[in-house]
Amino acid sequence: MGLTGLEIFKQLPKTNCKDCGHPTCLAFAMAMAAGKAGLDQCPHVSEAAKEALGAASAPPVALVKIGTGEKELTLGNETVLFRHDKRFEHPAGIAVTVSDTAGEEEIAARVDQINKLVFDRVGQLHSVNLVAVRNDSGDAEKFAAAAKAASANTAYPLVLITEDTAAMEKALELVGSKKPLLCGATSANYEGMTALAKKYEAPMVVKGANLNELAELVEKVVALGHKQLILDSGAREVHKVLADQTQIRRQALKRFRPFGYPTITFVTNEDPFQAVADAAVYICKYAGIVVLQTADPADILPLITLRLNIYTDPQKPIAVESKIYEIGNPGPDSPVYITTNFSLTYFCVAGDVEASRVPGYILPVDTDGISVLTGWAAGKFTPEKIAEMLKNSGIAEKVSHRKVIIPGGVAVLSGKLQELSGWEVLVGPRESSGIPSFLKQRWNV
Amino acid sequence: MAVTIAKERWTNNVAEVVLGTEPNIVKIGGESTLPFLHFEGEMPNRPAVALEVWDMEPTGWPDILTSAYAGVLNDPVAWAKKCVEYGADLVCLTLVSAHPDNKNTSPEECAQVAKAVADAVNVPLIILGCGVEEKDAQVLEKVAEALSGRNYLLGCATQENYKTITAACMVHGHNIIASSPLDINLEKQLNILITEMNLTANRIVIDPSVGALGYGIEYAYSIMERTRIGALTGDKMMAMPVICLLGQEVWKTKEAKSTTEEAPEWGNQERRAILWEVITAVAFAQAGGSLFVMRHPEALKQFRAHIDKMMQSNAY
Ligand code: SF4
Repeated sequence: MGLTGLEIFKQLPKTNCKDCGHPTCLAFAMAMAAGKAGLDQCPHVSEAAKEALGAASAPPVALVKIGTGEKELTLGNETVLFRHDKRFEHPAGIAVTVSDTAGEEEIAARVDQINKLVFDRVGQLHSVNLVAVRNDSGDAEKFAAAAKAASANTAYPLVLITEDTAAMEKALELVGSKKPLLCGATSANYEGMTALAKKYEAPMVVKGANLNELAELVEKVVALGHKQLILDSGAREVHKVLADQTQIRRQALKRFRPFGYPTITFVTNEDPFQAVADAAVYICKYAGIVVLQTADPADILPLITLRLNIYTDPQKPIAVESKIYEIGNPGPDSPVYITTNFSLTYFCVAGDVEASRVPGYILPVDTDGISVLTGWAAGKFTPEKIAEMLKNSGIAEKVSHRKVIIPGGVAVLSGKLQELSGWEVLVGPRESSGIPSFLKQRWNV
Repeated sequence: MAVTIAKERWTNNVAEVVLGTEPNIVKIGGESTLPFLHFEGEMPNRPAVALEVWDMEPTGWPDILTSAYAGVLNDPVAWAKKCVEYGADLVCLTLVSAHPDNKNTSPEECAQVAKAVADAVNVPLIILGCGVEEKDAQVLEKVAEALSGRNYLLGCATQENYKTITAACMVHGHNIIASSPLDINLEKQLNILITEMNLTANRIVIDPSVGALGYGIEYAYSIMERTRIGALTGDKMMAMPVICLLGQEVWKTKEAKSTTEEAPEWGNQERRAILWEVITAVAFAQAGGSLFVMRHPEALKQFRAHIDKMMQSNAY
C-alpha cells in the first residue's frame, strides 16, 4: 500500500541540504515511509514528485472538519495505534442525539441540556462536541424543522442522521451553511448524498454493511470527488466495533487509502449502564466520533474524563507551577508540605490536605513534572532543590515554625535536607492519602 | 475492494496463572493477542473480578458503598460471604488493621482472620497487607503459612519486601503480586528478582499501581499496553497477567464521594460513582488487565456484563 523509503528517495532532490531537519534525503525518505514525516517538510521537492508521492505524503488518517466557528470540530491526522508510540492527536468528538419526533420546545430543552454538559477539570473546560439530529419520524419536513430548532439553540455543529436524501436536502437548505456532518451515505443513496455534501462542502459519513462494502463505497464516493469523509463500518455490538475500529486504524497506518479517514461509532446498547461502558471502549480504541443517546451528566462526566486521560500527550508531563500553594486559609502555624510539580502528584496532595481539614502550604519542587519516586531516582528531587525552595519561595516569612513535611517515599533525604536548610524534617506518609491521619498524630507546633 | 484483515503475528503469550485449588480455581492470563482481539489470537480466560473485604470497619467510605454491605462491615467472614453472593470470582481480603496507625494487628491475628475468611467461602482469595512494607512481609509470611497449599494470591511485594514474601509463597504454595510504582523498568526488574529466587513466572501477577479515572489512569494504561506488547513479542519478564487494584483508588475520588447535593452538575451520585468504577475497569480491560479488584457490587455486576459481551468472538 504505502511506498517504501527507497521509492520515496528516488523522487527527492538528493542534495542532502538538511532543510527538512533530517541529515540526508534518504533519512527523510525513511522517516516519511514510517509515517513520521510529511512531504511538505522538504521545500525543494518538484511538482512531479509531489504528484507521484501524493498518496504516501498525505497523513494516514485525513484531517476532517465539522461545523464552523469556535466550536468547529477537527478530527484525523492520527499516526499511531498506541498512545505511548507518540500521542493521539484529536480527541474523539462526543455527539448526543436529539430525535425529530419531539416538538420544537422539547428539542430546545434537550439541546439546552446538551449545552450544559461542560465540566471543569484542572482549570480547563471540557464538553461534548456535537448535537446529532435523528430522523426517527421518517418525515423530511419534521427532520428539517428539528435540525433548524437544534441549530438555533446551540453553538455545537450538527450531525444530521438520515439516509433519506430528500430529508437531508430539506435540512441542508436550513442549516447547510454551518457545515454539519451528513450521516450519511450508504450503497443505496451515495450518489445523491455525495452530491449534497459536495454542494454544501460538508463532511459526510460513509456507511458500509461491513469492512469490504465500506472500502468499496469509499472508493466510489472519492471517485465522485468528495474527500471529507467519516467512516462507519456498520458494526453496532461493542465486540465487533472494537475489531472494526482496530482494523480501520491498522489499515489506515498501512496506507490502505479507503480507510484513511476518521471513524464514527454509535452507542445503541439498550441498557443505559452498558451503553456508557461501550462508549468507553470506543474512546479508548480509535473512534473519531462517539454518538450517545444519553445527556445525563453522570454518564457524560466519566466519558469526557476518560477522553481527557487517553488523549493526554504522553511525551509532555503535565506540570504545575513551582510556587507556594495555599490550601484553606493557612496561617503562621500551618504545616508545610513538600512534593513535586508533577500535576497528578500535586493534585493528590492538595486533595488530601484539603481532606485533612487543616489548612496548609504546599511547595511543589520543580522536577520537570515527574513524580516523587521517579524524580528522586532521576536526581531531580534532591535535598539541595528542596532547601533552595524553602529558602527562595518566601515560605519562611509565612510561617513562624521551621518544620517541613516530606513524602514518606523519600525519607532518605531527611538528614541532608535538615543539614542544608536548617528546617526540622518530618517524614510524612508514603501515600498522600495518609496525610489526614499523619497530621492527627504528628503535627503540633 | 476486498479488505485483507490485518493480523499481527505475535510470538509469545501471557503466562496463565491458576489461583485456588480444584474444584474452585480461577485462571487468569494466557492471552496471545491484545485485549479482546479474538480475530487475531486467543483469550482463553475472561478477566476475573474480585470484591474487596477489610478486616476492620472502614471509615470514610461513602454511604452508597457501605449500604451495599450493611451489617457485615465489622465481620470479614460475613462480608466475604456477601461478596460471593454478589457474584465475585474471588474475594480480596485487605488486612488494613495491621497498619501501625490503625490497630497494629499482629501477624498471627491477621493470619487467623485470613484463615476464617478462607474457610467460609469457596472462591480463591487475594490477600493484601496494609501497605507498610516491613509489616506486610511479617503479616504475609504468617498468612502464607496458615493457608498453606491453598494456592492463593498474596501481595503486594515491592523492591523492599519481596524476598520474605516470595520465600513464603514458594514454601507454602501461593502466588505473588509484584508491585511497582508506575514504572515499567522497575516492574520488569522486580519480576526478574522474584524469578531469580526460583518462583516460576506463572506464579507472578503484576501490579503496575493503577490510578482512578481522572487521576492519572493514562499512566497505568500505557504501562499495561507496553507490558502486553512486551509479553506478546517475547519478553518473558513482562509476560505475567496484570492485576488492577482499582476500587481503592476510585472510592477516594471526589467524583465518587461527592453527593448529588454537593455536586448537582455531576448528576446522581450513585450512578456517577458506580460508573466511575465501571469505566475505570473498562479502560484497564482495554489496556490488558486480567484481574480486577473492585468495591461496589453493582459496578462488579455491570463490569461482568460488559466482559460477557467483550468475550464474544469478533473473528472475520
Ligand atoms: S529538504 Fe529535501 S532536499 Fe533537503 S535534505 Fe531534506 S529531503 Fe533532501
